[in-house]
Amino acid sequence: MSTVIKGGTVVDQTGERTADVVVDDGRIAAVGPDLTGDEVLDASGCVVAPGFVDLHAHLRQPGAEEAETIETGSWAAVRGGFSAVVAMPNTNPPIDCAAVVQEVLALGAKAPCDVYTSGAITVGRKGDQLAPMAEMAALGVRLFTDDGNGVQEAGLMRRAMEYAAGLGVILAQHCEVDSLAAGGHMHEGEWSSRLGIPGVPAEAEELMVMRDIALSRFTGAPVHFQHLSTRGSIAMVRAARQAGVEVTAEAATHHFTLTDDACASYDPVFKVNPPLRPADDRDAVREGLADGAVDAIATDHAPHSPDAKEMPFDQAPPGMLGLETALALALTELDLPIAEVVGLLSWRPAAIAGLKGIHGGPIESGAPANLCVFDPQETWTVDPYDLASRSRNTPYAGRQVRGRVRHTIVGGQAVLVDQEMRP
Amino acid sequence: MKHLLSINDLGAEGIEEACRLADHFTEVSQRPIPKVPALRGKTVAMLFYEDSTRTRLSFEVAARRLSADVMGFSVSASSVNKGESVRDTVATVSAMGPDALVVRHRSAGVPQQTAAWTHASVINAGDGWHEHPTQALLDCYTIRDRLGSMAGRRIVILGDIKHSRVARSCVMAFTSLGAKVTLVAPPTLLPPAVDSWPVDVSFSLDAALSDCDVVYGLRVQQERQSEALLPSLREYTAQWGLTVDRAARLPAGALIMHPGPVNRGVEIAPEVLDQPNATLNEQVRHGVAVRMAVLYLLLAADPDRQPEGEAS
Repeated sequence: MSTVIKGGTVVDQTGERTADVVVDDGRIAAVGPDLTGDEVLDASGCVVAPGFVDLHAHLRQPGAEEAETIETGSWAAVRGGFSAVVAMPNTNPPIDCAAVVQEVLALGAKAPCDVYTSGAITVGRKGDQLAPMAEMAALGVRLFTDDGNGVQEAGLMRRAMEYAAGLGVILAQHCEVDSLAAGGHMHEGEWSSRLGIPGVPAEAEELMVMRDIALSRFTGAPVHFQHLSTRGSIAMVRAARQAGVEVTAEAATHHFTLTDDACASYDPVFKVNPPLRPADDRDAVREGLADGAVDAIATDHAPHSPDAKEMPFDQAPPGMLGLETALALALTELDLPIAEVVGLLSWRPAAIAGLKGIHGGPIESGAPANLCVFDPQETWTVDPYDLASRSRNTPYAGRQVRGRVRHTIVGGQAVLVDQEMRP
Repeated sequence: MKHLLSINDLGAEGIEEACRLADHFTEVSQRPIPKVPALRGKTVAMLFYEDSTRTRLSFEVAARRLSADVMGFSVSASSVNKGESVRDTVATVSAMGPDALVVRHRSAGVPQQTAAWTHASVINAGDGWHEHPTQALLDCYTIRDRLGSMAGRRIVILGDIKHSRVARSCVMAFTSLGAKVTLVAPPTLLPPAVDSWPVDVSFSLDAALSDCDVVYGLRVQQERQSEALLPSLREYTAQWGLTVDRAARLPAGALIMHPGPVNRGVEIAPEVLDQPNATLNEQVRHGVAVRMAVLYLLLAADPDRQPEGEAS
């Protein structure tokens, strides 16, 4: 059975054109005017884009199924226009060996979007001993990270980079120097001072960015920086790229949207790591996304059960939902052409995740049919009770946003049609 | 006003009004039967998640002198030890219909969160490093009582400002009433972004003492040493302790204040505590009258009505 996406504007890395897209047998069968198919998906007024790729999703399985499962997290992804997500390894048990990778991939095979997994750099994400990266790479893991923890020890990070480069995989670093960040729960600055909440200085992130740029230059191994949140970090990455160091970076949706004054509510829904920063840092993230210093928008989708987020601020776990709101916030908050927003969400992260040719376009005959169709003008209000995620910890409750995913096609299957999930 | 979460909820006018009410309640407290029926039928629940002597006793005495009923709550003898969340405990206590919850917690913001989880009025009795509004209020009352007014007074707040909820509330209270506040501490015990506070900062106690009207000492805890915030308590006392020598150089009539509990011999010398210009016991005494004023402001049916004077 073929499906035709009719009347939309196709946007990918080759440009923009008005065209219908026919999907058949898992692949794009044709792109052009006046095409037909067995099923018609209306795309009038919509953008037809490569399916989005999230480099940074916490799917919580195994171990915290009360907050999210690979299935519910994948539905959240599909509702957000993502055809692929990279699961983070801070599960219980952590994804640090072939057995857990296999479990996640087996659960992911039944999910409505393509689920890739990262693997931990060190055993148990403890920062002491290299995890068996080769056996995980053999199962298709392309990205390794201790996310939630930075690799503290410079010597160990050097060896991890050298080892990873030999396998052709990439290391992704959660940049945070524990001895500066320990005990902090929000950005250290005017607001933490006023609120009496222990702070995490920007330098806790920046010192590790600085160190890993030096290690990347030294080893020649690429490194990807996760969820950069400060002006200093982004400036260093920009300069390093100009100097030819092989670094890439992502920014999380909330770091170009929200600022640390939100913590004045003491609502832990605004607690996240790295923390929300002042407006100047938020602006720097926006500038980095605009000028290419930052490669990709990542969600850092981090579900937590209501119980966990109704704790005192300093006892609640960090993290916020992101998959279902990322596109809308990028369109609403970033003053960028639609094609650039699409690039930040699709082909650029796809390249980092090693998914070129599978996800992220281009939209052309013969390519795998991973697509997202969204209306860039539709306004809607974020409702925590109307999310596919099992959790409700969105910091955007009640916020009016612009841009909504209408259809999502994964491997040729229309899994979201007119905003309705199709199991 | 429904809640007292921050001293800013009162503002300068509210502080003045509370002090005027406290004058009246001070008089009540001196009667043979120190009790008025102002809050008869009202219930005040104490939710103290952290140890406290003076604040808790003071609130209980204040509530009883206004004829309110008091529900005690002690963490060590409660379901909190069985893992009950703050929200569930607040819901449980609230279901018994108290009119006010007096909340102390080691985490900043818990009183504010509690206010969203209950229909009762919430009074912040100290939350983490954030605020302790009734302490600031009783300190304003004490300074007003001793020095007449706050406007133009030069107040030195000395010690561990960074970790002090008292300092945050006092800075806002004192400056809103027109006092000029100087923080004196080693840089490691100052809060971040202190330049955003409405204060002057000095690292030298000797320089700051010579022209102040009040020196307000804060507790310096042992653990600051292990956190590498201080080389040693010995060095702290030598540089920033209110020693007998330093106290002798204070201008005549300058007050020596401290919220308690005191680390005798660390931030303040024992002999200094016994000087007539040391107000520690007055502060505690005024705490009762001031907390009566706060309970009255929040809970009396008609806040414009002056409290009746008859003893019950």
